[in-house]
Amino acid sequence: MLHIDLADHYQRGTSPIHRLDPRVKIVGTLLFILAATLLPPGSWAALAVLFLGSLGVAWQSRLGVTYALKRSFVVLPFALAAVTLPFTVPGATLAQVGAFVISVEGTVRFLSVLVKSWVSVQVALLLAVTTAFPDLLWALRELRVPRPLVSIISFMYRYMFVLADEALRLQRARAARSAQGQDPRRTGGSVLWRGRVAGGLVGNLTLRAFERSERIYNAMLARGFRGELKTLTPPTLTQFDRYALAGWVTFLAMASLIGFVFAR
Amino acid sequence: MLFKPVQLHIPDGFLSTPVSIIGWVLLVVTVAVALRQTRGQLGERQIPLMGVLAAFIFAAQAINFPVAGGTSGHLLGGALAAIIMGPWAAVLIMTSVVAIQGLIFQDGGLLVMGWNILNMGVLTAFTGYFVYQLMRRLLGEGRNSLLAAGAVGAWLSVMVGALATAIQLGVSGTSPLGVALPAMAGVHALIGLGEAVITVGALTFLYAARRDLLSIGETAPGKASASWVGVGLGIALVVAAFSFAASPDPDGLERVAEDTGFLGRALEPVYNLFPDYTLPFISDPLVSGILAVILGTLIVFGAAFLLARVQGSRKAGA
Amino acid sequence: MHHTIEVQALQFAYPDGHTALRGVDLSIAPGEKVALVGPNGAGKSTLMLHLNGLLQAGAGAVSVCGLSIRAETLGQVRAAVGLVFQDPDDQLFSPTVFEDVAFGPLHMGLAEAEVRARVERALAAVGMGAYAQRVSHHLSVGEKKRIAIATVLSMSPEILVLDEPSAGLDPRARRGLIRLLSELPQTMLVSTHDLRLVAEVFPRTVIMDQGRVVADGPTARLLGDPALLDAHGLEPV
Repeated sequence: MLHIDLADHYQRGTSPIHRLDPRVKIVGTLLFILAATLLPPGSWAALAVLFLGSLGVAWQSRLGVTYALKRSFVVLPFALAAVTLPFTVPGATLAQVGAFVISVEGTVRFLSVLVKSWVSVQVALLLAVTTAFPDLLWALRELRVPRPLVSIISFMYRYMFVLADEALRLQRARAARSAQGQDPRRTGGSVLWRGRVAGGLVGNLTLRAFERSERIYNAMLARGFRGELKTLTPPTLTQFDRYALAGWVTFLAMASLIGFVFAR
Repeated sequence: MLFKPVQLHIPDGFLSTPVSIIGWVLLVVTVAVALRQTRGQLGERQIPLMGVLAAFIFAAQAINFPVAGGTSGHLLGGALAAIIMGPWAAVLIMTSVVAIQGLIFQDGGLLVMGWNILNMGVLTAFTGYFVYQLMRRLLGEGRNSLLAAGAVGAWLSVMVGALATAIQLGVSGTSPLGVALPAMAGVHALIGLGEAVITVGALTFLYAARRDLLSIGETAPGKASASWVGVGLGIALVVAAFSFAASPDPDGLERVAEDTGFLGRALEPVYNLFPDYTLPFISDPLVSGILAVILGTLIVFGAAFLLARVQGSRKAGA
Repeated sequence: MHHTIEVQALQFAYPDGHTALRGVDLSIAPGEKVALVGPNGAGKSTLMLHLNGLLQAGAGAVSVCGLSIRAETLGQVRAAVGLVFQDPDDQLFSPTVFEDVAFGPLHMGLAEAEVRARVERALAAVGMGAYAQRVSHHLSVGEKKRIAIATVLSMSPEILVLDEPSAGLDPRARRGLIRLLSELPQTMLVSTHDLRLVAEVFPRTVIMDQGRVVADGPTARLLGDPALLDAHGLEPV
């Protein structure tokens, strides 16, 4: 079974959020996550303000206020990593379950981590949903991410679906062959054998990747590539982009202020 | 859920701001060096080859094999990429993979992306490569030596990535080290086996089909850097073990529960799952966990070493 | 007489020792549309890679538009010869259709306004004007094949060299491609296994086998010779 979400989440649209310059969206997203991460534990008011901010972006993107909300629970499994905090952080007793003492401070810290993570992923999701990946690429280039790295990521984006399709075909071919066993318990062999077969598919895919990169390199040379990738100059920031960024930064500053004023 | 390599994709919010920023700084330096080194290694082919191989690792991560009870074995790929292409090229490949997973699929956060890439891309690549090269040198030429070295390199690469993740969670105050370290070590000792099996399968195929490809990594730049990383990790491991053993308060970074009795009980499910990963004669579960990891590493190392030797001599004798 | 493509006694062996071309002679006049047929491994693709300077002749000579292929003329040669690979996923390596069609002119060093104008013209020429901002991996094979041709048309080549343009197309997409190939004014050398396509579009056919040109002449005469076709693994239409 191959479980890649083969379609990226991008949704075409003409909303103000869609039209916003991708540089502004990347910087805005990072600042939002930074603001959320910086808040002291238990800054519920500030977190609520940030949450409203993410709802506002979702509303402006015309995808529906709850669009990102519904898809933001991907972080929950990782909550396991913080789940011991209520038990391990010393403080006032909130509850006692058998020998386990649940502290108020620990619970506050645990919930803070969870909520911060949850609002952050909503905004990151909105960035991905409202921005075509090729636009993210040139924006990254303009934001001083090294150009060769951006080009590598661009090639990866182009070919990850192509190679995932090849992987899928290889895996189907394997399934078709291994389904012939008569005894259902023996189908597929031992775990070790299945693992080695999966590894063989990976090895096969490695060869295909090498061969494909050679053909692509030839195709690039054939169209005049001489070792340096050239790109067109991107559009300049509009007045709308500047105001949007300024407004967003002001909003985040206010949320942070609320967080630190109400702390303790 | 527990047996997917997903645990290593840290979401935003789980690492503190200073920790996150340190990760980005380290990553920027690493990628800058990697770009220069691979440009020298691959020339004009750098961009298409790195890009397609990154796409390959992304696709290979989706290939899995069923293990038991609905769990499955997966590939992370850092060690395999480094064994084939050398550590610096693997850094670029894995950086692209983890960056796209964060940007498009929200697998892992953005502010914490520095560490996600370092854990899953840089540490796995250098650990896998260093261990692989070291064992090749000890075991000599031949197919069995290659596969044993690949297996141990792959397993340890996942372990080091997981332990680094645990340390970042600990330092950020998201999870006490005493819980995070043994839990991550335990779970990833198993996940690492999946990594080892798939890596060996891939190397077996490549050894039979295109042995010349496996020599790219031999001559790639980064051997010296990999040795430094390997030696550094070894020292860090020993220092960590000793400092935890020596200190009465096992965690100076965070106020871990003083009540080790509680920790013992909290960790019981973990230990029940992996009884082999605790040492019953040491009462402190933290020290016990760390020692178990070191011991486990040595045992795996030794076993693979012996196996390769035995098989090699049998072949030579036949 | 000025020949657009002039190949003389071309020989080539790959580094692994496999000899792909054993003395190929071929000349193509401006405006000619020539089909290149023959079994797999006959050397068709290897010959095509020489026309663009991607492979260097082992022995013999290749010249294109009067330019012999050397390091100094590579840029001109690659602008003059539009080489389209068989798998459009190799040809289309950029994230968007626009960037792919712009790649050639951009790397020829043209000004941005000229690049944009050429992209528009090339996409219009293959009937894909509305696809500029699309992402390549979402397209059908037929759409990709057309855009692959646009990626070289934007370089305003004198010659189109196409490898298996109709492979993998469904009947409707194939029909559209035949119309496109008939309409394009460039000199063409097209390798294919599709003999019905050959009969419809190309007045002249060259048959290659085992690294040599074994027949060269009017398509009607060659395709009407079952013994010749059979000897080189081709099936009569």
